[in-house]
Amino acid sequence: MPIEQVDTPSEIPYIQILDQDGNVDEELEPQIPSSDLVDLYRTMVKSRKFDERRMKLQRQGRIGTFAPSHGQEAAQLGSIYATRDDDWFVQSYRELTANLWRGLEVEDDLLYAAGYEHGMELTGEENQTPIAIPIASQTCHATGIAWASKLKGNDRVTITYFGDGSTSEGDFHEAMNFAGVFETPTVFLCQNNQWAISVPRERQTASDTLAQKAHAYGMPGIQVDGNDILGVYHATKRAVDRARAGDGPTMIEAITYRMNVHTTADDPTKYRDEEDVEPWRERDPIDRFRTYLLEKDVLDEGDHDTIEEEVTEEIAEAVETFEDKAEELGDPEDMFDFAYSDEPPYLAQQREEFTDYWDRHDVWGDHHG
Amino acid sequence: MCGVITMAKATQLTQDVETSEMTMVEAICEAHDQELARDDRVMIMGEDVGWDGGIFRATDGLVETYGEDRVVDTPLAETGIIGTAVGLAINGMRPVPELQFSGFSYQAFHQIESHLARFRKRTQGGMNVPVTIRMPYGAGVRALEHHSESRETYWIHTPGLTVVIPRSPQQTWAYLKASIRSEDPVVFLEPKALYRKFREPVPEEDVDTDQLPDIGPAQVLEEGEDVTVVAFGHMLYRTRQAVAELEEEHDISATVIDLPTVSPLDSETIVDSVEDTGRCVVVQEAHRTLGIASEISARIMDEAVLHLEAPVKRVTAPDVQTPLLAREQAYMPDVPRIKEGIVETVDF
Ligand SMILES: Cc1ncc(C[n+]2csc(CCOP(=O)(O)OP(=O)(O)O)c2C)c(N)n1
Ligand SMILES: [Mg+2]
Repeated sequence: MPIEQVDTPSEIPYIQILDQDGNVDEELEPQIPSSDLVDLYRTMVKSRKFDERRMKLQRQGRIGTFAPSHGQEAAQLGSIYATRDDDWFVQSYRELTANLWRGLEVEDDLLYAAGYEHGMELTGEENQTPIAIPIASQTCHATGIAWASKLKGNDRVTITYFGDGSTSEGDFHEAMNFAGVFETPTVFLCQNNQWAISVPRERQTASDTLAQKAHAYGMPGIQVDGNDILGVYHATKRAVDRARAGDGPTMIEAITYRMNVHTTADDPTKYRDEEDVEPWRERDPIDRFRTYLLEKDVLDEGDHDTIEEEVTEEIAEAVETFEDKAEELGDPEDMFDFAYSDEPPYLAQQREEFTDYWDRHDVWGDHHG
Repeated sequence: MCGVITMAKATQLTQDVETSEMTMVEAICEAHDQELARDDRVMIMGEDVGWDGGIFRATDGLVETYGEDRVVDTPLAETGIIGTAVGLAINGMRPVPELQFSGFSYQAFHQIESHLARFRKRTQGGMNVPVTIRMPYGAGVRALEHHSESRETYWIHTPGLTVVIPRSPQQTWAYLKASIRSEDPVVFLEPKALYRKFREPVPEEDVDTDQLPDIGPAQVLEEGEDVTVVAFGHMLYRTRQAVAELEEEHDISATVIDLPTVSPLDSETIVDSVEDTGRCVVVQEAHRTLGIASEISARIMDEAVLHLEAPVKRVTAPDVQTPLLAREQAYMPDVPRIKEGIVETVDF
């Protein structure tokens, strides 16, 4: 018997609509209303400005560690904009821009970063999950959430975000496999920012692309220029429409770059050179989008300055609100809240024991050891 | 805490060696370096342990010296790290995997529980899996969710594992080396709050195995009459401060016992001491239920109940999910809380 070739879908489409010089593929250019274009731009600028502000607050010790979105604004925003407000948003920990689009208040992000769970309070109405730090764990939830939507017979789609490094975890593969088997309406949005802390993309997997992993699970895989908001929107919209129509999951690999530290606890000078980063400065997603909007006369230079001033002002106000709220949260007793839906008696006893102790000691003062 | 005597206690060194002042994290790096140089079966593997030098710098500079086959940046997958370490060990290597935080060890739980801790048993002694898994654990560095837990009980509750929690740079150096040379799998939990807390003289040269501590025995650090206080890791640091203050303020004289190995547990040393003092306080950073303090309390009940003049006191965190950083200092036992526990026990 001669060796036969088995046909598998090995082609990975790569999408780019707005290139780094501002050229637009007019055939693919999405028709986005001008007011939305301005809102999107404002959200990107706010995200960038807030990242800068958070960095300062972290350096001053006013908040703890966080993971900046810097450089990945288009990858997050183009994709979340392609979802409906009632679609599920299942995040990891770097999705500030997508969160801002979904209505996250800056002060709540700060509260969380300062170590108060209150910043992540959800009412259950938001169609989103809280920050998930264990890598790729949320992708399984996204498959489960989408599966439930399908079982309930509604047409909600679930989009989940994760990084290039996350594709190495078992959770990711199990989530993709379940999604393929149960044809769940899930969009797997991989932000390939080229790094998992210090490990470059090439060392994370021997695959040529991340998107091709989709084929192993029986779903399409697409690559897109992650710094091109129009391209990301187009690719995600296709995947979302497909999921909503009942045709199953898609994986999108948005090719972007982590312009800044991994988190504020990281020092990239240990493992990458400035020359690695330099070419990506020219591909900045916000600059590129601004060029597009200026060309289209949706924005003029004056509008741009006004937007910067307005978001800077909003952030400044939110920082004050955050500090007031943090001040009010002085009492550590709330660490007992929500441990169980009904507090068991032994825990009620401990609550009493500990609050008695805290009442007698300054738990906020200088600490020994 | 420095000086020749403490040093001998922590390391059991009798020979003279060159030392230099190191932090705990530097001592880890030094121990790695010495073991890599000593035995070419030793290899380090994990996320960011190579060119980044480990996110806490516990493997700093090692890939430059030993190359990428021996200091390996792995893909981001804990099951893969531990599962392949088991295979590497079965086939003659001595892997020293790092899990970036103990909060991400659960992804590898199944490889540890199902295989690492069972291979020797399953093969009736035919196969050893000498793997030392290092993981930073515990609160106190203002980190994110999952980065501050003390879950040593999971590993203590796994028969077949040795669980080491060091208290100081010297002890870390000695026990890490002893763990890497041990035929048993070791879970090596590093109290990250102590990583850069203080320095001690740490040997800059390798020593023979007989100069390294036996893994297992508890260490009596101070002898006293009124109460036996048991602690380990970060809480030992706070406990010694509490004990010093109580001696000064209340003339309380305490025996202080360190547990560099929390499993297998050396209860004999504790029981012997409690037979003299009649009182025992155990301080642990973990929450209360099923912590090592509960086990110690049970063993005292088994063996020394008639010597007790007060209930065994457990100074612990509350039984709630480890809170985010704004609450971590309130959550962990602090010096005043440890002092209260001791006073309550002495005054009972
Ligand atoms: C299970 C697990 N292992 C390790 C970590 C520590 N860690 C946090 S982020 C990260 C790298 C993630 O890389 P990637 O998936 O590419 O996402 P990025 O941070 O680049 O957005 C690692 C190893 C973790 N959070 N969870
Ligand atoms: Mg990445």
